[in-house]
Amino acid sequence: MSEVTLSVKGLKKVIGKREIIKNIDFELKRGEVFGFLGPNGAGKTTTIRMLVGLIRPTAGSISICGYSVSKQFTKAMEHIGCIVENPELYPYLSGWENLQHFSRMIPSMTEERIHEVVALVGLQERIHDLVRTYSLGMRQRLGIAQALLGKPKVLILDEPTNGLDPSGIRDMRKFIRFLAESEGLSVLVSSHLLSEIQLMCDRVAIIAKGEVIHTESVKTLLTQQERLLWKLDPQPAGIDVLKQVTDFVQVQGEYVTTFYEEAEVGEWNKQLIQAGVTVKEMNRKLPTLEDLFIEMTGGESID
Amino acid sequence: MISLVQNEMIKLVRKKRLLIVTLIMGVLISMFTYAQLRETQRLQEKLGTTDWRSTLQQEIIDTQNRLSGSQISDDWRKQLEIRVAQQQYYLDNDINPSEPGAPTFVRGFIENAIQLLLPLMIMIIAADLVSSEYSLGSIKVLLTRPVKRWKILLSKYITLVMSVSFLILMFGVLSYLISGIVFGFKGWTAPILTGFSVQGNDLNTADVHLISQWRYILMEFGLAWFVSLVVGTLAFMLSVLIKSTAAGMGVMLACLIAGTILSSMVSSWNSAKYLFMVNLNLTSYLQGTAPPTEGMTLGFSLGVLTIWGLAGLLVSFLVFTKKDVY
Repeated sequence: MSEVTLSVKGLKKVIGKREIIKNIDFELKRGEVFGFLGPNGAGKTTTIRMLVGLIRPTAGSISICGYSVSKQFTKAMEHIGCIVENPELYPYLSGWENLQHFSRMIPSMTEERIHEVVALVGLQERIHDLVRTYSLGMRQRLGIAQALLGKPKVLILDEPTNGLDPSGIRDMRKFIRFLAESEGLSVLVSSHLLSEIQLMCDRVAIIAKGEVIHTESVKTLLTQQERLLWKLDPQPAGIDVLKQVTDFVQVQGEYVTTFYEEAEVGEWNKQLIQAGVTVKEMNRKLPTLEDLFIEMTGGESID
Repeated sequence: MISLVQNEMIKLVRKKRLLIVTLIMGVLISMFTYAQLRETQRLQEKLGTTDWRSTLQQEIIDTQNRLSGSQISDDWRKQLEIRVAQQQYYLDNDINPSEPGAPTFVRGFIENAIQLLLPLMIMIIAADLVSSEYSLGSIKVLLTRPVKRWKILLSKYITLVMSVSFLILMFGVLSYLISGIVFGFKGWTAPILTGFSVQGNDLNTADVHLISQWRYILMEFGLAWFVSLVVGTLAFMLSVLIKSTAAGMGVMLACLIAGTILSSMVSSWNSAKYLFMVNLNLTSYLQGTAPPTEGMTLGFSLGVLTIWGLAGLLVSFLVFTKKDVY
């Protein structure tokens, strides 16, 4: 589990006088899904473009499976597959021809491998139609097929569920988990939705204004940040009870907020009832991205 | 490398660019053939004869009449005088300068097309070779494959050279076949005079010699190929520099049209001869008409075009390999 496939150290990008990316460091390990969480304009896409060699970093190093992107470009690119923003392929060619086109750019490719990836993304039936006629979901799948052609060790997906319908999003999530767990790929997924990251990632880096402000396993992050909302009657008596059992009690209108601590909430509830307080509602709530940011940056807003 | 060029060729063919350009060529050639036919018929009606000597004699008289008028600019007068001298030379040597037949049409057509029509066709292909990848966004996929950037650009350039060659070939074949239906397919071996040179205001006939028409046409197509390649290279460079295909085409179009206008105006602005667009009319050196401005020879024009072409190529590669892609 601990084999590092992608490592980024001290990454910086200056355009004109503006520092767009300031000192980003992170590592991807084999078989994990790594989330890249941040609002639009935080520098997610710029970072991803530097990872795949589209943009030259001003400073810092990126290595993929031990090969430096700037010094051993072709070696590094053999181990990476990516979709940057939307999957943009040639609409006037068929799906199959698109795959053939890109397979010619990879050393030692076989026709079987194209069949394999087509089967993997489940596009067998429409693969010989023109890409122009594909739905967004199908284009997304073709894009992934293209990224997987060269049997990469690292897969980079920029906002992979953008524009997909709910069932498409669910399929995509399952597929990403499958790639990481069964095929042992390291997958980097960027998103601006915490719920998304929560559902498919093992670890997450939170990025704002070109900096990683926090890297954490998703489990820890959630247990730290998850809140429980209580609707109590009568409220003042309920607050007194809660204050005895936990340190953090906040009142927001008719709701009372505490941390969510799985092992103890049952006990708290029992005590409330014993004190004659009616619990009308208990609601586990995930903080929004904005809440997280305010928490982590100490009150600074996102932009 | 071969597979990269194969990729580019497939894209070019599937985008139907080559087909469209070939079709445009076919339509234009048909139109010009018809126009040429009407012109010949009109001359015959007017003179009541099919003898080329009397036709040519009539042309000389017509031109001389125009020269005696006072409304003619000096530049134009010089051009006309040289033309008359040339026609007189043909007449004196009893050689028909426009032997009827498809080869003569091909010869005349390429002479007219080399400055604007052919470069425009090439531009249609070259201008979107790189910029279309940007507008589609496929450049991001293309550049994240394990292939160095210069190789990708080189494969595109090789594709350009191949399509230029293909289009010049099609141009020749189509104009021969279409005009042949009307004018007949004979006339490849008709003699042509070449080697005229202009010195000051006089036509120098010292080096004039006869060659057969097919050799002359071959030379002209060689020059046309070179001009097209240089224009193609410059359009290719613009395609790398400017992300929008339309903007790239616009810039190139403006240059080409400016070139045709400038050619008739630069006699007093001598340093304009270093611009590529006034050097496109290479076949005029074979015909021996007066160049746009003094000091321009075939060698000079070839040199200027070569330098522009190489510079364009250099800029393309430097920019493409260094550029950040957003």
